[in-house]
Amino acid sequence: MHLVLVGTSHHRAPVELREQLYVTAAENGEFVRRLAAGEGEAVALSTCNRTELYLVDADPGAAQERAFAELAALGNLSETEIAGSLYTLTDEAAALHLFRVAASLDSMIPGEAQILGQVRGAYEAAREAGTAGRISHRLLRQALRVGRRVRSETAIGENPASISSAAAELAERVFGSLEGRRILVLGAGKMSDLAAVNLLSRGVESVFVANRSVEKAERLARRFGGRAAGLDAVEGELEQVDIVVASTSARGYVLSAEQVERVMRKRRGRPIFFVDLAVPRDVDPAVNEIEGCYLYDVDDLARVVEESVAGRREEASRAEAIVVEEADSFRAWRLSLDVVPAIASLRALAESIRTSELERAEGRLESLSPSERRAVESLTAQIVNKLLHVPTVRMKQAAAAADGVLYADAVRHLFDLDDAAKARKPGE
Amino acid sequence: MTGELALILVWPALAGYTEAAIAYLGDSMRPGRLSRWAIWGVRLGWLAQTALLVAQAARAEGFPWGTWAGSLNLFVWLVVGAYLIWGCRAPFRLLGVAIMPLAAVLFAVAWVAGGAETNRASELGDVFLALHVGLILAAFAGFTLAAGLAGLYLWQERRLKARAPGVLRQRAPSQAALDALTGRTIAVALPALTLGVAVGLARLGSEGGGFDAIMAVALVTWAVYAGFLLLRYEAGWRGRRSAYLALAAFALVAVALVPVTHF
Repeated sequence: MHLVLVGTSHHRAPVELREQLYVTAAENGEFVRRLAAGEGEAVALSTCNRTELYLVDADPGAAQERAFAELAALGNLSETEIAGSLYTLTDEAAALHLFRVAASLDSMIPGEAQILGQVRGAYEAAREAGTAGRISHRLLRQALRVGRRVRSETAIGENPASISSAAAELAERVFGSLEGRRILVLGAGKMSDLAAVNLLSRGVESVFVANRSVEKAERLARRFGGRAAGLDAVEGELEQVDIVVASTSARGYVLSAEQVERVMRKRRGRPIFFVDLAVPRDVDPAVNEIEGCYLYDVDDLARVVEESVAGRREEASRAEAIVVEEADSFRAWRLSLDVVPAIASLRALAESIRTSELERAEGRLESLSPSERRAVESLTAQIVNKLLHVPTVRMKQAAAAADGVLYADAVRHLFDLDDAAKARKPGE
Repeated sequence: MTGELALILVWPALAGYTEAAIAYLGDSMRPGRLSRWAIWGVRLGWLAQTALLVAQAARAEGFPWGTWAGSLNLFVWLVVGAYLIWGCRAPFRLLGVAIMPLAAVLFAVAWVAGGAETNRASELGDVFLALHVGLILAAFAGFTLAAGLAGLYLWQERRLKARAPGVLRQRAPSQAALDALTGRTIAVALPALTLGVAVGLARLGSEGGGFDAIMAVALVTWAVYAGFLLLRYEAGWRGRRSAYLALAAFALVAVALVPVTHF
């Protein structure tokens, strides 16, 4: 049986094509049932960055054709239209690719956390549809393990990869959890909106929006369930808030160091974290010198993100080593499948010879006491086990070294096990 | 035989602490690589030192840590034990950079000065003394940890203020957590010191004896840390001021204590 991957991703296809080839969660079950075509196995992993079909089939060419046809039908396109954007990988290369995907090494931003959940979703959909067989069970479970290992054994996903998440993580470095914190948003533009959304997703309790146009401020405040006012109310609000996000289009500073100093005297040592996303800047840089005030402008945040992405890349090389190790283990397991039926047949043959010989000698063994009888049973079973131990170990070793099929065929030939091999079901 | 037992237990403890100190330093330069080695060094070293203390207690007829070197041995054990409560959690591992080199050096000093021997016993071997020394050492272990936490607060504040690009790559507790823990640690250590001093004074009253320099330092320490708590919880000293105060208090006590115990 062969593992075949046919798919496309952000490396090969523009977003327009990826949209067309997207398999929704609702249609995933039916889609993989068509792909599996009866006795085969199929898993479809579809995210905003990729659609990848993993098939297990005795004939890799037929599996590839089925995958091409289904993808073309999905996107209402001809096979020739999509052929240039698709890649095909088989066996170990396909497994290695899935492990890299689960480890987020193939993602746009290495270390992103969503992909592992998406792989899990694809696996569950295939299980529910009944298209996950022996090989895909092992493949997907191992992919999930790779993802977990990479996240726990490396720091690939630990640091922020965007300006707004960097601002939120820095705020967490100051305050710990952001649960129950209050933010003041200066300006009602897109940048403030993004930063506020990120902070709210981390548990920020209330938002106060201040803007030159109160109407715009109210519109943004309504989105977050917060309050709004004009810029003249800022100093009063500063006494209450923990985080200030500034992105107005004002020409000069909206917050001066003197204003902040006055406020800090009333706060009894409670810190404030300022995020100044505006250009020209809204917050006087001297604010950073005031005790209890931390000020980051857009360049500072960009440098933090750059450093963090560089850190992720460094960690990626450690993650690659984990992926290779797991891919080797999958390869050894898959190759062992070639010899397992031969070993099982050989052992079954030996056991049948042992029991039939004992039955033939029944007349001569009648005089034995029950304990002597048990001793004979045990002795013959031990002889069989000892005789088969070394050949079994050698066949498994050969399987790992890719000679397994040759050994298995030799054993089948020597012991006349051909029928047992033929009787083996695909995928077993 | 007793010397051999001490040696058997001292070496793993010292090796564990030294390995942890080196691993923590390495981890502070390349985050994430050596932290597991470090924490295992701390655990194994602390277990070996615990066994040493048990052996010392089993073999001594009285209180075995009555000498300054013995007290130092017990002090290191308390500091590392208290550190282990938080040190296993990833954000607090950084505290090991300050704590473990100090623990390794102080433990080595205690050993060289005979504080790790298993046949030593103080002439003043009673329950009162054990309580008095134990409580005061536990309090000093708390003050040491508080100083470490305050140091970490100031180090991180400097990095945050300097807007160092790699500020998030080093895992560390939040400023709020460090500030709160410094205050809480001192709030827990001060009652232990109070009780220790009270036990000492009660013993002094019942058995006689003069008021000495160590007692004076203990009382000064009490006053300094009581002042810290008053300023923190009544006058609202938080953050940088609170951290400087915790460090200054610790420095004052350490500077006063070393000559008093040595000479």
